[in-house]
Amino acid sequence: MTLTVTDLAIARGGIPVLEGLSFRLESGQALILRGPNGAGKTTLLRTLAGLQRPLAGHIDGAEDRIAYAGHSDGLKPTLSVTENLTFWASVFGGRDIGPALQAFRLDDLADRHAGNLSAGQKRRLGLSRLLVTGRPIWMLDEPTVSLDREAVAMFADAVRAHLAQGGSALIATHIDLGLDGTILDVGPYKAKPVLDSDFDGGFL
Amino acid sequence: MIALLKRDLVLALRAGGGFGLGLAFFLIVTVLVPFSVGPQSSLLGTIAPGVLWLGALLACLLSLDRLLALDWEDGTLDLLATAPLPLESVVTIKALAHWLTTGLPLVLAAPVLGVLLNLPGPGFLWMVISLALGTPALSVIGTFGAALTVGLKRGGLLLSLLVLPLYVPTLIYGAEVARRGAEGMTVATPLMMLAGISAAVIALLPFASAAVLRVNLR
Repeated sequence: MTLTVTDLAIARGGIPVLEGLSFRLESGQALILRGPNGAGKTTLLRTLAGLQRPLAGHIDGAEDRIAYAGHSDGLKPTLSVTENLTFWASVFGGRDIGPALQAFRLDDLADRHAGNLSAGQKRRLGLSRLLVTGRPIWMLDEPTVSLDREAVAMFADAVRAHLAQGGSALIATHIDLGLDGTILDVGPYKAKPVLDSDFDGGFL
Repeated sequence: MIALLKRDLVLALRAGGGFGLGLAFFLIVTVLVPFSVGPQSSLLGTIAPGVLWLGALLACLLSLDRLLALDWEDGTLDLLATAPLPLESVVTIKALAHWLTTGLPLVLAAPVLGVLLNLPGPGFLWMVISLALGTPALSVIGTFGAALTVGLKRGGLLLSLLVLPLYVPTLIYGAEVARRGAEGMTVATPLMMLAGISAAVIALLPFASAAVLRVNLR
């Protein structure tokens, strides 16, 4: 149940952003991704989730085991909270949505249309999707955006429960979640700028 | 997969889902043609198969730009790509949902609107058969176009330009079936060509759509 990343190099829009990145993510472990804006945290998470290919390096143990949560929650405004969550539950194999609704205290909002929820409530619904996927590795990109303090605690509890069940999580965040996770700073792996070697300087 | 189909159908029927857009467009075209062409019923009867087919094709085209763009904007496509569902089946289901909400209503409405255009008696059956065989191809080709242009701002124009040439064979053979049927001639050859195009497109294009979608999601 270990995710192993060896000597990974990734690019965004054709420009290399990170290189030589290696780490292991054991089950029960949380890894907190740190790095300034534009360091390549989102690109790293998208690459690990299989949405884009790495430039070089190996990713082992990621196939069909990752639940990805990006900047947008994939919610349909004209569907109710229950309908949105039931859809994702059946795509991922038909789990019960009850525990997910409870974990993020969405019970009272269950019949509301997602379009009428506040930004924080939408985020909570988006995060509750992770619980119905049943996937062991969570890849979370800025999961706490627009969450209030209480909801952040809810989220941290959900992550702790997930880790206790043998899952693991890779979280890109700037705030302190109060999780005892390892911190992975992607700053030192910044890719060196590519020199335009095609240009024939000697000719001039 | 059934969950995705069900969700797409529910979304189409809810407010702002766009169900009926194609049908309304089809209705407007066929209602306005007699006004613009004039009331000679023999002329209307001659052009009826072509007008109905053209109206159906443009009505299909109208709703294509929402097919994948909405799911792309709210991040659903990213999440679907990481789900256990293969992208090939996602695009197939999307095409099927598009056909059920756009193509099928057109097939059912065509005989009613045929009356307005004075479609000759034997033509009604062949009109329905040709549309029923041809519109699935329109939806599948349209899904391919939508996959190509997903992520582009205002990709609708490019989508129409890309998809129109691919629609031409279906239009030619489909309208030919309807025209020959209306004139009481044998329809076997164009009918087989139409069925062949639809079968080939349904079998092959989902793979191409999934491949371009993967590239576009990067």
